[in-house]
Amino acid sequence: MPYSIVVCGSVVPDPLQTLEPVAAPSGPALKNELMLPAVLDPWAAHALYEAANLAQKTPGSKVWLVSVSPKPKLQQVMMAVAQKAPFELVPVDGSAGGFVDAYETAVALAEAIQSIPGLDRSQLLLFGGWESASRAAGVTLQIVGELLGITEQFQGVDELAIGPSGELRVWERVEGGRHQVSVCSGPPAVLGWATGNLPEPRNNPQVGMANMRTVMPALQKAKPVTVGAAGVSYLNVSLPKQQRETRVIKDWSADEIARDIVAWIRE
Amino acid sequence: MENILFLAHTEEGGTLGKPALEALTAAASLGAPMAAGLVGATAQPVLERTLAVCGAEFAESRYATDAAAAEALVRASGAQIVIAPHTSRWARCLAGVANRLGGRADTHVTAVKAEGGRISISRWFYRQRMEAEFTRTHRPWIILIEAGCYEPYRGELAGAVERVDPPSVSCRTRVEGLQTPKADEQTIRPDAKLLFVAGAGWTKKQRDGREHVQEAAQLILEFLRATQASLGSSKSLVDLSGEGQQVLPFLTHLNQVGQTGSTPRHPKGLATCCHGEEPHVVGWRFIRERRAVNIDPNCGWARGKADVVYVADAFEVMAKVNELLKV
Repeated sequence: MPYSIVVCGSVVPDPLQTLEPVAAPSGPALKNELMLPAVLDPWAAHALYEAANLAQKTPGSKVWLVSVSPKPKLQQVMMAVAQKAPFELVPVDGSAGGFVDAYETAVALAEAIQSIPGLDRSQLLLFGGWESASRAAGVTLQIVGELLGITEQFQGVDELAIGPSGELRVWERVEGGRHQVSVCSGPPAVLGWATGNLPEPRNNPQVGMANMRTVMPALQKAKPVTVGAAGVSYLNVSLPKQQRETRVIKDWSADEIARDIVAWIRE
Repeated sequence: MENILFLAHTEEGGTLGKPALEALTAAASLGAPMAAGLVGATAQPVLERTLAVCGAEFAESRYATDAAAAEALVRASGAQIVIAPHTSRWARCLAGVANRLGGRADTHVTAVKAEGGRISISRWFYRQRMEAEFTRTHRPWIILIEAGCYEPYRGELAGAVERVDPPSVSCRTRVEGLQTPKADEQTIRPDAKLLFVAGAGWTKKQRDGREHVQEAAQLILEFLRATQASLGSSKSLVDLSGEGQQVLPFLTHLNQVGQTGSTPRHPKGLATCCHGEEPHVVGWRFIRERRAVNIDPNCGWARGKADVVYVADAFEVMAKVNELLKV
């Protein structure tokens, strides 16, 4: 049976950027947030690649990427992401900041998913990153699942295998570097992905051109929503003391360094 | 002061694991009326009022059954504040439970305090790049305490267990069991005193213009056996594995530390052949003492991210280190 695979993912600041909190009228925000280069959230990107791979192996399946993100940022990110995998974009124009409450984002995502025409909810696999590079809470996807009435949920997924009768065998990360293996009879299910097993796909201009035919019109029609953090009062947001006084040792022999390291380990 | 529920899942024999005991310390620090709620195959009393959902179907970690059990316990307790350990089991389901109860959940919480009757929490945002303290008006408020932030509870665990019937659960998932990664030996040790990070440089061409992956693997494994350190990797090394390039055979995604990996807690960390780029170093937020071995004196570690950087060839240094550790 073909799957309806919905991937939830927002844009986040490029991990290489320096981030600094500032106080905005609506609460904490990032300094120059709109100027920072953005990427698709790394774990959501893994989820998208896994979704595209599963759809390719299961004829008739389709992938939707649902994103609550500022429209201009999302458009910029789509220029790169659209070349990686075939999907239909369902954009919602709203804040993707880390200080937004996950519940409000989840409500906006659930409403967007419910509005997808022709979505077969009985065959729905709801994908996304198990956490994000902004809040890193692991909360949003669970709530979206609950709002859609899906109680078969998995988080920290590294592998999904489809059995002969359509059952889903799922590997979830647990403590101590281990995986819990579970078998679910089939969709609908929520899978919050960790890194999965697939590398980032190479850019494919043909896929990019096909995607952009629908991405640009979808972006133009993106519904604006207000997502914030009602009921949350931030008392303090600060950067940690990051700078250490590094001692750079350049002229020691390997013997001297080894002795120093061993003494330090044994302290 | 609001009522508190300490919510935990039990281990074998109905006992509490270390993360649960740490969360209990956090809950007790609030100084408010408190009950305990336990989920598992069996349960032993923790506090004077200990509620429990027990049975074979609650022995295993599974969203549908865990969410139903936790929901029943919070409702039965009438608590406004729920303190739970941030284990993979609770992290998977308690946000969903909060939604069912009309409340909210906050995860990866590093501190919780009560001042003037107001409860506030601290947690990190943007993958350990900034820390925020905040409070909420939503109730019930489920707070998941990150492991390693509190000492395990040392008070007496006593009281009476009161059984709570969970609602009937329709579940389509069965748990097959736990699986260790496809590696020759255990390399991830959360309780180790030392984190050893192997960067991508181990698999790059060395001074003689050739790769020495086998030698690198031997040196690293020898070191891990001697020190019982936990092994981490930078993202780039994991990416190489995904692209089918030659890599250290015992590394998997689970060893990855940083932006899209783990943020382990060890007292000391030693990075080797790793540039110390920001996306990796954010995973070192909770490593107190940091040292690095790198041939580049201008690597990221040297720019205020490590305490000591040894500018040297890690192959030579680690061979000598292993010799000394044998003595």
